[in-house]
Amino acid sequence: MSAKAARFPKTPAAIGLTLFVIAWMVLVIILPLANVLFEAFARGVAPYLTSLAHPDAISAVKLTLLVAAIAVPLNAVFGIAAAWAITRFEFSGKGLLLSILDLPFTISPVISGLVWVLLFGAHGWFGAVLQDAGIQIIFALPGLVIATILVTLPFVARELIPLMQDQGTDEEVAAVTLGANGWSLFFRVTLPNIKWALTYGVLLCTARAMGEFGAVSVVSGHIRGLTNTLPLHIEVLYNEYDSVGAFAAATLLAGLAIITLILKTFLEWRFAGELAAHRKH
Amino acid sequence: MSPPASTPATHVVPEGFKPPKVTHNTRVLPGFKLSLGLTITYLSLIVLIPLAALIARPWEHGLEAVINTVTDERVLASLKVTFGISFAAAIANLFTGLAVAWVLTRYEFPGKRILDALVDLPFALPTAVAGISLCTMYATNGWIGSLLEPLGIRVSYTPLGIFVALVFVGLPFIVRSVQPVLAEFDAEVEEAATTLGASPLQTAFRVILPALAPALLTGFSLAFARAVGEYGSVIFIAGNMPFLSEITPLLIVIKLEEFDYAGAATVALTLLSLSFLVLIVLNAAQLILSKRGQK
Repeated sequence: MSAKAARFPKTPAAIGLTLFVIAWMVLVIILPLANVLFEAFARGVAPYLTSLAHPDAISAVKLTLLVAAIAVPLNAVFGIAAAWAITRFEFSGKGLLLSILDLPFTISPVISGLVWVLLFGAHGWFGAVLQDAGIQIIFALPGLVIATILVTLPFVARELIPLMQDQGTDEEVAAVTLGANGWSLFFRVTLPNIKWALTYGVLLCTARAMGEFGAVSVVSGHIRGLTNTLPLHIEVLYNEYDSVGAFAAATLLAGLAIITLILKTFLEWRFAGELAAHRKH
Repeated sequence: MSPPASTPATHVVPEGFKPPKVTHNTRVLPGFKLSLGLTITYLSLIVLIPLAALIARPWEHGLEAVINTVTDERVLASLKVTFGISFAAAIANLFTGLAVAWVLTRYEFPGKRILDALVDLPFALPTAVAGISLCTMYATNGWIGSLLEPLGIRVSYTPLGIFVALVFVGLPFIVRSVQPVLAEFDAEVEEAATTLGASPLQTAFRVILPALAPALLTGFSLAFARAVGEYGSVIFIAGNMPFLSEITPLLIVIKLEEFDYAGAATVALTLLSLSFLVLIVLNAAQLILSKRGQK
């Protein structure tokens, strides 16, 4: 197997195709990104800063960070546990478990929010019980968190499973034979082997958790300063024709996306061998 | 069952004794029960119980109500819009995505690394940001919309807008599915085809394309599945006119806002079942293609 080495396009067809692809990437990817900045600063720097300093914007940023800070660690712990169970042991029903694990990628974000309303909403299965107990889940922080957890559930597990499958169990079996107990085995042998794949998974999970729109939109109720995450804050401002405000908030999320891409590219370049070979997302 | 008294005691098998099962996996490593228990509990709480609610709730006003909801003209129209435009966008991405993957693996040019990294932007950029940006860009006073307006083409607030948003969302799926296969494609096979007198076009269509087909189909399925459920990037640019540019996920939200839980669940379950059906067909097609490729 020898792949053709990349070289400068020479034939007219190759040059034409390359130019088309560059033009297409500019149109589809780069212009929408540039447009965010352009619209945010359409009336100068002062209105941009004013919109970001608005209390609703600040509370949206705080809420977004809070939701991610709860959802991402939980999914990371789950991802490690799931990868450990799936790659280190044989048991029946593993295929089914993997399919269930992948479900959140196939389900519409709107449905990932809807299911929680069906359970905990005012007319949900547990709605009356929760109301009597004075617990609010939908239109409150817990709803935002569980909707985000559902949407971002597979990210960490999906990075770890192929990698841990490839790495095999030799080192871990050796450590157990030498008398390592469960936790020291995990922290001294497994974790150092998977740390970059774990970082990669956590990165993707965090980016999605902070940017999620559909699922949180359904469970949020859009209460200003209270249950609006940053993406929802953008929606509210945009629908009120506050273009500068909406795009100012959007620059924060676009910046987050760029940082994610840079870190992702860096991890892929620097630790290619320590990340899983095949990835879909 | 007790042995005769004369039998030496060492041969006595205690009652209820079972020889240890010889299994393929001897489970040397610790943590099986803990990790599997945690995994199953978490998946049940986060995925299975909520999905059970989705499957159970449509039927609470009887089968007739479900049929009425599913056959409602507005619901049917939204499904047509959602699946039709998702399909069209995935097809468009099949061609452009292949071109992008081809150029990124075969040619060298300044800025290629950056372009390669930017392919993943639709994964990383929150959908609401993409949605408002595309909507203003393609509005009649936007960067692109103002150029198209004299030609009589309107994108924002029309079905064409949904197409544009879904092309944005779907591009990386095709590129990232095809790229690794293209990078590992044996150059000798291509050279052999050329040596045997195949024209570049013949090589492309009869040698390279068949080898890429399974990967293209995988990318197509992923892009299509994502497009069908897409919400954030679409609702701003769609205009959301019932029967014309209203997507099914939005209809679910509308029903929910009217506190019609059963109706919302019915539409959601229909959307989910249909997209699974399409995915099963595409997976089967992919299986056939990759088997043919191995022969």
